[in-house]
Amino acid sequence: MEERWSTEHVLSLAPDPASQKAAGKLSGPAPWSGAGTGQGALWGLCKGSGSTPYRTAVELGTPAYKCSCPSRKFPCKHALGLLLLWASGPEAVTAAAEAPDWVSEWLNGRSQAAADKAAKQQAKAADADPEAARKRAAKRSARVAAGALDLRLRLADGIRRGLADPPPAGAWDEVAARMVDAQAPGLAGRVRALADTPQDGLLEEYAMLHLLAGAYGRIDALPEALAATVRTRVGFTTDTAELLAGPTVRDRWQVLGSRDTADERLTTRRVWLRGAKTGRDALLLAFGRPGQAPDLALPTGRLLEADVAFHPGARPLRAVLGTRYGDPEPAPAAVPAGLSPAEALAAYGDAVAEDPWLDSWPAVLTDVVPVLTPDGWQLTDGRHTLPVRRGALADAALWRLAAVSAGHPVTLFGECGHAGFTPVTAWDAEHRPVGLG
Amino acid sequence: MTAAALAGDQWADLQGAALLGTDRRPLPEPGTPLAESVDRTDPATALLDLAALAAVRRRAGALPTPAVDAPAPAPDDTRPALPEPAARRLAVLLGTRGGHGSTANLAELLPQWLAAARARGYRPPPALVPALLDTARARSELRGDAVTLAGPLGRWLAPQNPDWRYVTRTAADHDDLDRPGELLWQEGLFAERVTHLTRLRRTDPAAGLALLASTWPTERAEDRVLFLDALQDGLSGADEEFLEAALGDRSKNVRATAAELLSTLPGSALAARMADRARAAVRFADGRLHVTPPDACDAAMQRDGIPVKSPTGRGERAWWFGEVAAAAPLALWTADTGLTPDRLLAVPTVDADGGGGAEWAEDLREAWARAAVRQQNADWARALLGAPPRPGRESRTPGAPAKLLAVLSPAERAAWTAAFVQTHGLGDAFQLLGACATPWTPPLSTAVVAALKRAAELGSYPWSHSGVLGMTERALAPETAPAVEALAADTSPDTAWSDTFTRLAGTLRFRQAMLGELAG
Repeated sequence: MEERWSTEHVLSLAPDPASQKAAGKLSGPAPWSGAGTGQGALWGLCKGSGSTPYRTAVELGTPAYKCSCPSRKFPCKHALGLLLLWASGPEAVTAAAEAPDWVSEWLNGRSQAAADKAAKQQAKAADADPEAARKRAAKRSARVAAGALDLRLRLADGIRRGLADPPPAGAWDEVAARMVDAQAPGLAGRVRALADTPQDGLLEEYAMLHLLAGAYGRIDALPEALAATVRTRVGFTTDTAELLAGPTVRDRWQVLGSRDTADERLTTRRVWLRGAKTGRDALLLAFGRPGQAPDLALPTGRLLEADVAFHPGARPLRAVLGTRYGDPEPAPAAVPAGLSPAEALAAYGDAVAEDPWLDSWPAVLTDVVPVLTPDGWQLTDGRHTLPVRRGALADAALWRLAAVSAGHPVTLFGECGHAGFTPVTAWDAEHRPVGLG
Repeated sequence: MTAAALAGDQWADLQGAALLGTDRRPLPEPGTPLAESVDRTDPATALLDLAALAAVRRRAGALPTPAVDAPAPAPDDTRPALPEPAARRLAVLLGTRGGHGSTANLAELLPQWLAAARARGYRPPPALVPALLDTARARSELRGDAVTLAGPLGRWLAPQNPDWRYVTRTAADHDDLDRPGELLWQEGLFAERVTHLTRLRRTDPAAGLALLASTWPTERAEDRVLFLDALQDGLSGADEEFLEAALGDRSKNVRATAAELLSTLPGSALAARMADRARAAVRFADGRLHVTPPDACDAAMQRDGIPVKSPTGRGERAWWFGEVAAAAPLALWTADTGLTPDRLLAVPTVDADGGGGAEWAEDLREAWARAAVRQQNADWARALLGAPPRPGRESRTPGAPAKLLAVLSPAERAAWTAAFVQTHGLGDAFQLLGACATPWTPPLSTAVVAALKRAAELGSYPWSHSGVLGMTERALAPETAPAVEALAADTSPDTAWSDTFTRLAGTLRFRQAMLGELAG
């Protein structure tokens, strides 16, 4: 049987706080009947305001949700309530050898749909006209190159005039729109951010953008790996199926941490993995529309045997998950091996030497004490100190880190970069991971 | 010059030229490796190239800063860790993750959870301590429990975060008063001093009195009143001399509080003086109480705390009479008449100077009720409340039944209230239920559930019982959950009552589960 999830993990699947609250009300046994678990799924009937109860089912592996309620939220409060009920104790949900018919039908339908999709993709790949695809790609390259050149001229104009004399409001939005037209969304994003950059940080941003646009201008002369990095940063994407068709890395991946960030258009979930055999770091990204939780749920600390394909680049990190071999298993209560602050910063320096646009690189710090100083939070190992990156974490998260440490050295996973360290996961005195995101 | 400072200067040169613009400023020559290879044809482009070189150099070669001093770690917390399910429950109750609030029901249950966990002496997961301190900051009634539970870690964290300043002022179980009491008393905030005095009175009343007496003349009048109140804990004859002196205080409120405390000391001189006045006012003869109300409020009576004017504008003599009877020791009445409180309450009253006077019985009953509460006299309280109400029997209306109930033992309180609810329903039961110990006894819980059922059948609205319902969620015995669930199932669906019962049943289950987890 699937190991029960923690309440915290269930709540992390909720699309918004209102859903967490509503699900909390459905987390007792009162509204539920016929709740059961088996075949990697969880199901139950929830008494609602109508005469027929809602049929709620969760497939725990993916996870996937199904509910007969009319809610547009996903997962809905019934699915979350059922998970909370299950998380609260074994007595509430009975283990069953077989799921009821309505659950089995749904589960079978899902595996059928997955098989269909895979078949369709193969068919699509086979059908594609390579000549037309090459023409499309060449056309886009030319447009992006023109956009990049245009951007370099704009940046040089700014430097000629002087940064103390800022361009009129909206000027950068206009340039960003031009980059979108040039099919270079990566450049557009960086340009948009210039409007919010403080004056003393502007030269650095200008310089890095100038470097990127210039690199695209002579992309054919770059080594293949660096060219791939430049392409990705400029805004070219690679299809997941295409990546998985290429080389993959099979390993026992330990989930080091995850963090959600949200703006009004998108929720982004980052999940960091480290391979037990290869020692490689991998970053998985999942997205959800507002009102939907990203569909990737890997609890921190678990071990997952799986194939992973990396996006190409000079310093590959971003990856996609391929075939999984079994469910995530709980990791032994042990902290991952780590580095000192000096070593972690040096490791970031090595990474920057390969990909100059990297802002940070994943790192596990060993035995650091978080200290609140007049200059903000610092992480010290008694020899050296790294600042916690300003504004990267909410105050509540930093206090949680301080409480977990209680002034003692802790093991800390996060992103180490030129602007400081962004903590993601701390391991407490009992060696259990505590998420700080 | 160090390498870092040199790099900083080079960057400053580039930054300066970029700020004013290459149209106005010459291109700096940073002299870094590779700088030679930069094409100088266009100064602006060259400056961007040099800046890119310098920026990547700085990033790739970044060095950590020297060590900072870390504060001494928090003292070890030797209490047993919360059981895993209880720790998860606390996370739900505190509504951690995101900034969302918890549901109303959870807000009702958190105080119980905290009190139960505190009583069992558990240590919470460190990661939840900040949320615990944040919650108790907003809800001051939780502070004692929360600070105790947060333990040494909470005490260690609090000075670092201005939001948690209250923690140092909140007393907790495990403190061995890190600050010496004398210093706290001399320099502490007012609330800290009251807390300190109250705790000292519970363990060493004489030391508490001595501490208060040491600074008494210099305290402000409004503070003196509240310090005197703190003497209620551990009050004894040893405090009498001090209180007698306080009867001559400059402040009227201090005098009144001292008099009230003295009147609750049955052996005090004030009680004896009040007994004399009461004897002069009431004489028992021929099976009747002959009443002669005082004809003046002399200086001695005023010194003993009797105000000359009634705050509600009652007749002067009746007002003085009531005050005297309420401040006299209750033992006086049974000793002088040889009657039990029950019998005394049935004795008719007459004016001593002949004719009328039956209405004095009401004044006496009122005064005795106040005396029973002040003197915590269970015999009198029981007699004044009368037998538990029974259906079909007209019951006497007691003056302030909730206060009288509080004088009785918890079991007696619950039994009396259950009988009251069975007879009168929930309409007037709010304060009585509030006086009962939680969780309610099974018979009281059953009575309340039955009364709710009747209220639903009679078609009243749940929200007219919202006060009682809120209390029920906190206090109903967990054993009653199946009865409430049956009620929820029987009530026609989609009605306000069905929702009410369903929620109540859910809350009870939640409460039962959470207390079960703590029992571990």
